[in-house]
Amino acid sequence: MFDLSKIKKDFPFYKNNEDLVYLDSAATSLKTESVIDAVNEYYTEYTANIHRGDYDNSFIASKLYDETRNVVSELIGNDNPKQIIFTSGATASINTVAYCYALNNLKKGDVILLTYLEHASNILPWFNVAKKTGAVIEYIPLNDDGTFNLDNYKKCLESGKVKIVTLPYVSNVLGYINPIKDICHLAHEYKALVHVDGAQGVPHLSVNVKELDCDFLSFSSHKMLGPSGVGVLYGKYELLDKMEPLFMGGGANARFNKEGEIILKETPEKYEAGTPNIEGILGFKKACEYLIEVGMGNIYKHDQELLQYAKDRLKTLDNITIYNPNSECSIIAFNVKGIFAQDVGSYLNSLNIAVRTGNHCAKILHNVIGVNETVRASFYLYNGKEDVDALYDALKDITLEKCIGAIL
Amino acid sequence: MFDDNLKRTILLEHYKNPHNYGLKDDERYHLVHNASESCIDDIKVQMLIEDDIIKDARFEGVGCTICFASTSIMTDLIIGKTKQEALDIINEYYKMIDEKEYDEDILEEANAFDTLSKQANRIKCGTIGIHALEDLIRNYEQ
Repeated sequence: MFDLSKIKKDFPFYKNNEDLVYLDSAATSLKTESVIDAVNEYYTEYTANIHRGDYDNSFIASKLYDETRNVVSELIGNDNPKQIIFTSGATASINTVAYCYALNNLKKGDVILLTYLEHASNILPWFNVAKKTGAVIEYIPLNDDGTFNLDNYKKCLESGKVKIVTLPYVSNVLGYINPIKDICHLAHEYKALVHVDGAQGVPHLSVNVKELDCDFLSFSSHKMLGPSGVGVLYGKYELLDKMEPLFMGGGANARFNKEGEIILKETPEKYEAGTPNIEGILGFKKACEYLIEVGMGNIYKHDQELLQYAKDRLKTLDNITIYNPNSECSIIAFNVKGIFAQDVGSYLNSLNIAVRTGNHCAKILHNVIGVNETVRASFYLYNGKEDVDALYDALKDITLEKCIGAIL
Repeated sequence: MFDDNLKRTILLEHYKNPHNYGLKDDERYHLVHNASESCIDDIKVQMLIEDDIIKDARFEGVGCTICFASTSIMTDLIIGKTKQEALDIINEYYKMIDEKEYDEDILEEANAFDTLSKQANRIKCGTIGIHALEDLIRNYEQ
């Protein structure tokens, strides 16, 4: 059973921030006690580098590190842990696909297919690949409300020039869930690969990479209860194995000589040069275990109920414009009529409500929703109706005068 | 210096009816586009200097109350001043934001921002337009 009061107790943050209404989980999530303990235990009980020491602590740390690939695999329905590469975050994962795959495989005239929903991290690397290879960026026309349109997508593929499709599982501003399974199926018919930016999707959805049949999936630990500085790149083994890593260094090579002949380790180790963020990855293991224990299905159900409650309440307010009334995943993007988003954010801050304001790194989304700046409230498993009520109460009688008062 | 009511009135007035708002289509004016990396305020600031005197300073764009009010107030303060006088005013403003001793009299309505330093996440809003004005003055060539 999903017991919110019990779940809240698992997050020590709330002990220190009893009155804080945290509605910015799409930016970063809170951490469980088990995650924090795991990081701490590595520092206090078995500090050691991994895969290098002939002593017990190194063995313990190495074992936990390697096991993390299994736990991550369980979470995303992956049956081969060698398909899990640890990175510093989703941004690094996406850049790995861009520079290790696309840069070496795309040529002039090939098409990289994106959407206007993209976060900067899933667009800037592709701009760079396009510039260096002569490939062309094209955007799949979305429906007017920003949702995905499979017919438009298919038309894009019909040119036969699309080599890679890269798009978010869930839009970080609008909270729409893209039909990844259909997207992958169609792409493969046209011999294109699909990279999925899972930064917002993996924390909230039951993901099964085998069913989705995506070629690459990027996501970040810190948005799913784990430490910052850790991310995952899932990729199909045959692709990862053919690709060359971007970084070379210790831990990623089997041997080399003075003539410069290098024999790299196997995938995934060949992509993990240098001492990784060991404590972060051990913390991430606990985060994944926690999510598995609570159950992604239960988390999704909770998210949906809360999202519906928030939509129902906020849409009764005449002074609010909601840009994603059909949001499907724990994000509401809105503005207060006549008040600039950042002034709203500061006012909410003065009432101990943490939201994000701005363009949320999705700087081309204004092409869809018509505004640059929004206030974004985002929820996760530890949020409850009381958090929505606090937001509702604050927005109910917000005025420009009050917003200015909050900064005096 | 001002009580909160007066401050609120000043800020609200300058936000709702910003002074020196709207760019001039006049090639004698110099322009900077100040789009801060971690801020959603996005304004263009324009200036005309003749014989070392700031004849006009204008701005246009999208921004929050603090961004608009601070830029509006500062354009009022520096129009008609010499470049050096204007830089001195701007410097007093920075001192106020940095919680250093400053000359209240020289800042006039800009004293409404005398507690902005307490709002760490809004300091950028209150300096983005001012930085743009300073840039224009410093880089102005006749």
